Amino acid sequence: MKLTLKIWRQKNNKAKGELKTYPIDGIEGDMSFLEMLDVLNEGLINKGEEPVVFDHDCREGICGSCSLQINGEPHGPDRLVTTCQLHMRMFNDGDTIVIEPFRAKAFPVIKDLVVDRSSFDRIQQAGGFISVNTSGNTIDANSIPVNKHDADESFNAATCIGCGACVAACKNASAMLFTSAKVSQFALLPQGRIEATERVLNMVAQMDKEGFGNCTNTGACEIECPKGISLENIARMNREYLSASLEG
Amino acid sequence: MAILSSSIARKVAMALSGLFLVLFLAQHFTINITSVIDPDTFNNLSHFMGHNFVVQFIAQPILIFGVVFHFIMGLVLEIRNRNARQISYNSFKGNKNSTWASRNMIISGAVILAFLGLHFYDFWFPEIVHKYVESNPLDATRYYPELLHKFESPVRTGLYCLAFVLLALHLWHGFSSSFQSMGWNNKYSKGLRGFTQFYAIFIPLGFIFIALYLHFNQ
Ligand code: HEM
Ligand code: SF4
Ligand code: FES
Repeated sequence: MKLTLKIWRQKNNKAKGELKTYPIDGIEGDMSFLEMLDVLNEGLINKGEEPVVFDHDCREGICGSCSLQINGEPHGPDRLVTTCQLHMRMFNDGDTIVIEPFRAKAFPVIKDLVVDRSSFDRIQQAGGFISVNTSGNTIDANSIPVNKHDADESFNAATCIGCGACVAACKNASAMLFTSAKVSQFALLPQGRIEATERVLNMVAQMDKEGFGNCTNTGACEIECPKGISLENIARMNREYLSASLEG
Repeated sequence: MAILSSSIARKVAMALSGLFLVLFLAQHFTINITSVIDPDTFNNLSHFMGHNFVVQFIAQPILIFGVVFHFIMGLVLEIRNRNARQISYNSFKGNKNSTWASRNMIISGAVILAFLGLHFYDFWFPEIVHKYVESNPLDATRYYPELLHKFESPVRTGLYCLAFVLLALHLWHGFSSSFQSMGWNNKYSKGLRGFTQFYAIFIPLGFIFIALYLHFNQ
């Protein structure tokens, strides 16, 4: 496959970036999108040019570090996959592919296609945990009965890998899907109820402080999320937030 | 206004004011449709609305506050949302994951706002002048002829119809979105969505029908 890549290049956080065009040849349909970028980088390095910097770690769809806005969609045109699992067979010979970093004020570009997603870490740190004493007297989690439906919903929410595609897809760069998944996974379990009030208030406050936008319920996040996190989580977080605010 | 300092609180306020306007719209439609069914009923209802103390001095100010609040909050959200992505994408395929109506509430809203300007100029200001400035004697039969006269103009009729199309788009997304904003998403939501989308088409289409009917039955 012969392709034309238009890739965002930016030296550092302060520099002004631009799209640069790179023709590439010999791409197989079985390669992943990141392997295609590896081929590109090998060529650039051999020519003595700066390789394109992009984030990746597990390359099996579980760590959430790969990102990339590919032809106007986070993680590209396929559904329920991360960029590392996106296959080149989704593209055709002769295609032009535009590759940009995830864009949000709260995700500043570090270099080329790599953005700083530590705003997500700070939202997690604001309440995405339960306080348990682990110094020798831990209680077995199975001693607390949990209804099957709630356990399943909680596990579904917990599959969020924190990739940021929801923010990237949203016209408002809103982090509601991510934050609501992190709120929901605890809100649905008895262990999480104890700190539920402070959790939702603190996590939403941090989300707002980081400069993410407001939710317009367009649903773009749900469609682009590689883990299929549902909009119901956002409604649940809104409910949690409202009742927490009324409690004071 | 401290309570409106969080993103979720702002969205709930948006939803509540939007739902209030949805209710008002249904009431407005009910009165207007009588103009094509029975002009006498239309005259009587208009006279009642125009001279009832509760309607004029309690419901009307609340309504005006609701509209102003809704569009100012919509503007605040729009500005904040634009600010949350300062460098835009070279390629952004919104159509792949969301509807045009949901992404362009500010555009449909702005058209409705412009329409409201025209609508106030057409009906509200003349009414206020007629009743409170000129202190004309009561006349319960003047409303239908005045209405008919307004819809003589093809330009005005066209502008009204255009605004109703944008209103339909605004409600297509907005009416069901407001329930999600208030945290209501459960097994009834699919049915509710069907109802909200029926409303979003039926009411604006009804207003278009009234405008065209009056225009062609001069
Ligand atoms: C006066 C001009 C108007 C403007 C400028 C306006 C603007 C907006 C905007 C920008 C939103 C989206 C907010 C967001 O979620 O990001 C919105 C939502 C909404 N609007 Fe309007 N609007 C106007 C009039 C109306 C009218 C007349 C109605 C009803 C008859 C209405 C009903 C709604 C509803 C139900 C929502 C959904 C609220 C939600 O998503 O929670 N709007 N409006
Ligand atoms: S909700 Fe989905 S898109 Fe958003 S961070 Fe989690 S896994 Fe990624
Ligand atoms: S590299 Fe880990 S999810 Fe893609």
